[in-house]
Amino acid sequence: MARLLIAFIAGGFFGAGLLISGMTDTTKVQGWLDVFGNWDPTLAFVMGGAMIPMAIAWLVRRSRTMSLTGLALPPPPSREIDGKLIGGSILFGMGWGLAGLCPGPSIAALSYGGPGLYAFVAAMLAGMLIAPTLRARLDRTVPAE
Amino acid sequence: MPIDWIWGLIGGLLIGTGGAVYLLGNGRIMGASGIIGGLVDGSGWSTALERVVFLVGVALLPMLLMPFYREVSTNITDNYPVLLAAGLLVGIGTRIANGCTSGHGVCGMSRLSLRGIVATLIYILAGGIGVLLFRHLLGVI
Repeated sequence: MARLLIAFIAGGFFGAGLLISGMTDTTKVQGWLDVFGNWDPTLAFVMGGAMIPMAIAWLVRRSRTMSLTGLALPPPPSREIDGKLIGGSILFGMGWGLAGLCPGPSIAALSYGGPGLYAFVAAMLAGMLIAPTLRARLDRTVPAE
Repeated sequence: MPIDWIWGLIGGLLIGTGGAVYLLGNGRIMGASGIIGGLVDGSGWSTALERVVFLVGVALLPMLLMPFYREVSTNITDNYPVLLAAGLLVGIGTRIANGCTSGHGVCGMSRLSLRGIVATLIYILAGGIGVLLFRHLLGVI
């Protein structure tokens, strides 16, 4: 029960922050990416603001052996830069620029996004469904050394 | 315009607080694409309820806050082919790269994860090229 409560609180902060920061407004996201147009720096402030509590949390994490609800804490990050990380990020960035939406804001805007947002979310879920197959195919064509 | 930056900063602090709560509370990395994708492809069904409750929080709080705004709009395009293509690219890309703006960006960069930093630089660059290409050269968006 505590885990669910924490998940709800974390999701609530995330959703509220996405709305308040303006990140569910696709024009603000596209404005950040539009270096050659009317550039909007808001996203940098959002990202910078989000780094502060998060960096503190990672510092606190060092002195902990488990989470408050007794679950394991994430292991140190992998340092492997592979084709999947690079290629996947290119595809993601293209889609992000096209619509001005990434996964978090697309959920945060569900109550006011309208049919266009539902179409985006439906396509995103479809993409997430076929991604493991594509991933497996990539793993086969790039043999392990 | 300056007021947008202030709201951006406040909203960012809230986003980061959410990530901090999820990390220290449940030991999880707050990555939207991973939380959603795990539900979609079945890889996260063992923690399905936790994921669903998280997403309910994400969707519910903006709904509750809406009355405090005169107008909330996503200003989303009504070009459906663009929306469908964008959704597919975001869904496939984030799952192949194993992260999006929240996982690689907020959670990864804040712990100086090499993968998080590299992914974030690449998707911002790709997004910039995308906007340049589709807005200024092709005029689709």
